[in-house]
Amino acid sequence: MLNSADVDTLLLTLKVATIATSLMLLFGTPLAWWLARTQSHFKGIINALVALPLVLPPTVLGFYLLIVMGPSGFVGHFTQWLGLGTLPFTFPGLVIASVLYSLPFVVQPLQASFAAIGKQPLEAAATLRASPLDTFFSVVIPLAKPGFMTATILGFAHTVGEFGVVLMVGGNIPDKTRVVSIQIYNHVEAQEYTEAHSLAGVLLLFSFSVLLLLYTVLKTQPVSHPLK
Amino acid sequence: MSNSIHARFQLSYSEFNLDVDLQLPSTGITVLFGHSGSGKTTLLRCVAGLQKANGRLEVNGKIWQDSASGIFLPTYQRPLGYVFQEANLFPHLTVKQNLDYGLKRVKHTNSTVKLAQTIELLGIEHLLTRMPVNLSGGERQRVAIARALALNPEILLMDEPLAALDYKRKQEILPFLTRLHQQLDIPVLYITHAQQEVAQLADHLVILNEGEVIASGNPAETLTSLELPLAQDKQQAATVWQVTVQAHDSQFHLSQVEFAGGTLSLPLMEFAIGTPLRIQIYARDVSITLQEPAATSILNVLPAVVTGLIDDHAGQCVVKLQVGAQPLLAHITSKSAALLKLQANMPVFVQIKGTSLLG
Repeated sequence: MLNSADVDTLLLTLKVATIATSLMLLFGTPLAWWLARTQSHFKGIINALVALPLVLPPTVLGFYLLIVMGPSGFVGHFTQWLGLGTLPFTFPGLVIASVLYSLPFVVQPLQASFAAIGKQPLEAAATLRASPLDTFFSVVIPLAKPGFMTATILGFAHTVGEFGVVLMVGGNIPDKTRVVSIQIYNHVEAQEYTEAHSLAGVLLLFSFSVLLLLYTVLKTQPVSHPLK
Repeated sequence: MSNSIHARFQLSYSEFNLDVDLQLPSTGITVLFGHSGSGKTTLLRCVAGLQKANGRLEVNGKIWQDSASGIFLPTYQRPLGYVFQEANLFPHLTVKQNLDYGLKRVKHTNSTVKLAQTIELLGIEHLLTRMPVNLSGGERQRVAIARALALNPEILLMDEPLAALDYKRKQEILPFLTRLHQQLDIPVLYITHAQQEVAQLADHLVILNEGEVIASGNPAETLTSLELPLAQDKQQAATVWQVTVQAHDSQFHLSQVEFAGGTLSLPLMEFAIGTPLRIQIYARDVSITLQEPAATSILNVLPAVVTGLIDDHAGQCVVKLQVGAQPLLAHITSKSAALLKLQANMPVFVQIKGTSLLG
């Protein structure tokens, strides 16, 4: 049913989503922790920046990333200075764009679950000789486990489903940036409806399973409005 | 009494000021007493380093904070134990894992022995495999006390550990605290606004009001200080005496106890001769006569000297007396005080209608 090119796009999609989700957890966790605890004036600005991809058309985000990472953008200058060339239309560029695009789906559940812990368990840990870092690993992470599950699943699923950003930043290069959503588009453009059906069906099944897992097994409340 | 805790803190919020300078004893229970909003919890949190105030704190010769030279030891580096008002156990860990949490992070050679003793002292052996959510409020608080003690701390801080519990649970924990009191050799700072806990536990009493210390001293003196609101409370005003069991009279079901300056007869109790006890005498249970009553149904009639009195201008008079070496309070009517012409240094007799045993 799926030809080898379709399978390749599926595998590439999983690779992008896995790497991007790992990076989002790595950078999103300290960011969410800071946002949940800070009294800083910058909190509002950072919150708004993180949430921006939720409301911005993906093509707009993709467009700006294309400019910034391109040969005349400041990120482009930097990567060229490092001898790495430019990022658009490469696999690393696609991963970076995915991270920025899906970050709110990781940061917001984490931030909410960190805030729900409150300061009491942290104070208890401090009186029991645990340093702040120790407390984070021995108290915060276990207590925020549902938040981490939700963040991982949503971040991963959202990355799998991206299209506009990929189109702008990644293009349509086989084995490098051609992910499932692009491949479906290609099939439809070429009037290959049978192939499009197969791939679309895989994505539909995947997305539904993920949400079912969230709302039944993990008992997450339906995401009311992600901005809240 | 050596003064090995010296705490000086200043803190200002818009509607609250804390300004204290305290020398506290290095052993026994120091009770911080005051109404809510008096600054007791803030003071305790400053000692723990959970809250930052301007000032200086020295414990057992070590400086934990000195704002003048920029020293502030973070909480996790202070050798203390802290018991929160709500037990504050880690919900994701079993009771045993809660107890081990702090223990794993201190390096004592005798810590396992200490933990075993603490578990036994607080009677929580049967709870070790349970999760905190499956414990009663009283059990949770006992585990929290054990968790703090297991660290073998140099000082124990307790923030109203009984306040969140109902009367029955309080009565379940108080005996454990009394046992602790007898066995602990470290200083304890204990916050409460319950007079019973003051009477039962305090070796040293600090009274806070609106962020300031209005009294700090031994409880017998402080509880009976006429200037303080405690002595004027019609229901609660009381004196605490330290006594020793002297003899038992099985015929009349009485026990004799000795205090500094005399003896009292109490209902028969099972303690061995020589056992030290605390008893509480409510001011409302004490009456005054000028001559020794020749025939009275009241057993405890003692010679006393009036040391002061204060009229509340509402028909009641608080009289402070000295019985042997012990202070004593009596609440009488202003009319009685006038009829007896009571004044300082007057020799009188007091009749004590009842006492309660604090253990």
